[in-house]
Amino acid sequence: MEEPIVFCKGGGCTAKLGPGALNSVLKKLPKPNDPNLLIGFESSDDAAVYKLSDELAIVQTLDFFPPMVDDPYIFGQIAAANALSDIYAMGADFKTALNIVCFPEAMDLNILGQILLGGSEKVKEAGGVLVGGHSIADQDVKYGLSVTGTIHPDKVFANNACHLGDKLVLTKPLGVGIICTASRLKAASDTALAEAIRSMTTLNKYASEIARKYRTHACTDVTGFGFLVHLSEMLGDNFSARIEKDSVPYIPESAAYADEFYITAAGQRNRNYLGSKVETSACSFAMQEILFDPQTSGGLLISIDPSDAESALAELKTLGLACGIVGEVTEKLEKSIYIV
Amino acid sequence: MKIDARGKQCPLPVIETKDALKLAAPGEVIEVTVDNEIAAQNLRKLAEQKSLSYKSEKIGDREFLVKISASDSPISEATEEDAPNLCCLGQGTVIAISSETMGTGDDTLGKLLMKGFLFAISKQENPPASILLYNGGAKLSCEGSESLEDLKSLEARDVTIFTCGTCLNYYGLSEKLAVGSVSNMYDIVETLTKASLVVRP
Repeated sequence: MEEPIVFCKGGGCTAKLGPGALNSVLKKLPKPNDPNLLIGFESSDDAAVYKLSDELAIVQTLDFFPPMVDDPYIFGQIAAANALSDIYAMGADFKTALNIVCFPEAMDLNILGQILLGGSEKVKEAGGVLVGGHSIADQDVKYGLSVTGTIHPDKVFANNACHLGDKLVLTKPLGVGIICTASRLKAASDTALAEAIRSMTTLNKYASEIARKYRTHACTDVTGFGFLVHLSEMLGDNFSARIEKDSVPYIPESAAYADEFYITAAGQRNRNYLGSKVETSACSFAMQEILFDPQTSGGLLISIDPSDAESALAELKTLGLACGIVGEVTEKLEKSIYIV
Repeated sequence: MKIDARGKQCPLPVIETKDALKLAAPGEVIEVTVDNEIAAQNLRKLAEQKSLSYKSEKIGDREFLVKISASDSPISEATEEDAPNLCCLGQGTVIAISSETMGTGDDTLGKLLMKGFLFAISKQENPPASILLYNGGAKLSCEGSESLEDLKSLEARDVTIFTCGTCLNYYGLSEKLAVGSVSNMYDIVETLTKASLVVRP
């Protein structure tokens, strides 16, 4: 008997290669030496920024992954929101997008139609234009976008330019990786999944536009490497951070699901990657898993001037997702991150 | 118990092991084979969270053997040898039923109680290793018994159901046995003396 084609096998950002594996390969590539390349891959940033003139730079990024939810239309929305997120993490404006499609020949084409519809609606909501794409016959479904945006070269949010004393603001709740994993094994409640979907389909455009109004020093989006690895990349070698675990927003059910071990391989890879660079002993097991949980279309992590943090948070709250001031940037200590 | 979780993505190896631990006898060792180190590490987290002892070794190019003991006692070589000899579901508990009624007093009530007792046993998360039925108890495993479904569901969960052959003969029920197998006095003696706990309703 032929194996039924499974649409959702555990995808999203949990399908990302581990940060350790990636670094070891990227290190060996020749470094580009074009002075107009303002941000390339060596800073593990979200998107590349290339200067065209003193007033204009293009921002390029792409993201695609296998489905993490069963509904193809919602998957399309999430994949597009996730691909666009890198543009917003740079503080850029989205212009054009190209579809990236891998699809099994034997699968119902209406499913592909639903995926592309979901994706195109998010592109439209974001105010950009879908200008084409490329599709490949493949064993499994994968979808995403290649995205181009523009920005003033002096206004780029680098992902690693924190200032000492900055407050750290997270704009979406954590735990969506755990909830999608539990959902795949029929162990998640409808409420939990609905909340995760609401978060994953929300564009980071709105949070990015708020961040631009304040003294934002650094910004990244929290995706497959989880909150802690993205934070540690943001801190670099010059700073550490103190995170208040009780201030970290997460979808409530994700704690219970983590305690039932609905946890991913990617989450463990993230944990291994940071190893002793993070002090988690004050955290429950579930909270540790949430902090390492790979996020699909996660929120922005913003390093912001401390006197701006409260006002920015008040504006972010109007967007309707759980968000919070989760900690602050400190001088460099022995470990990169201390969770208290 | 052995679980082959090769080719299965996280969290399946952990979830399957978690479920197996629920059924395991105390001290029983669950052996899980996985094909990547991350899965072995996720299993270690399971063991740590449940305060169970854990051992992992790489036994092949892409093969890790993880042993988790369903207790916090260290996994010794001896328990590894002994564990597979235990019945998978057994706790060393044997239920010996010598009458079709439970307790003394009114027999109608006693029959109702016995029916309820076997029903409740069939719903236990950790069922007994075996159930011995002798004298009047032999009638419970024969056609017409109201406890047949419960006994069958227990048998399906690897509970050994032994009915005394002499008793079946005496009551003329030899052809009517509907669940489990016929046992003799040697089986009964061995089962009772080797049990860590004998329950007599």
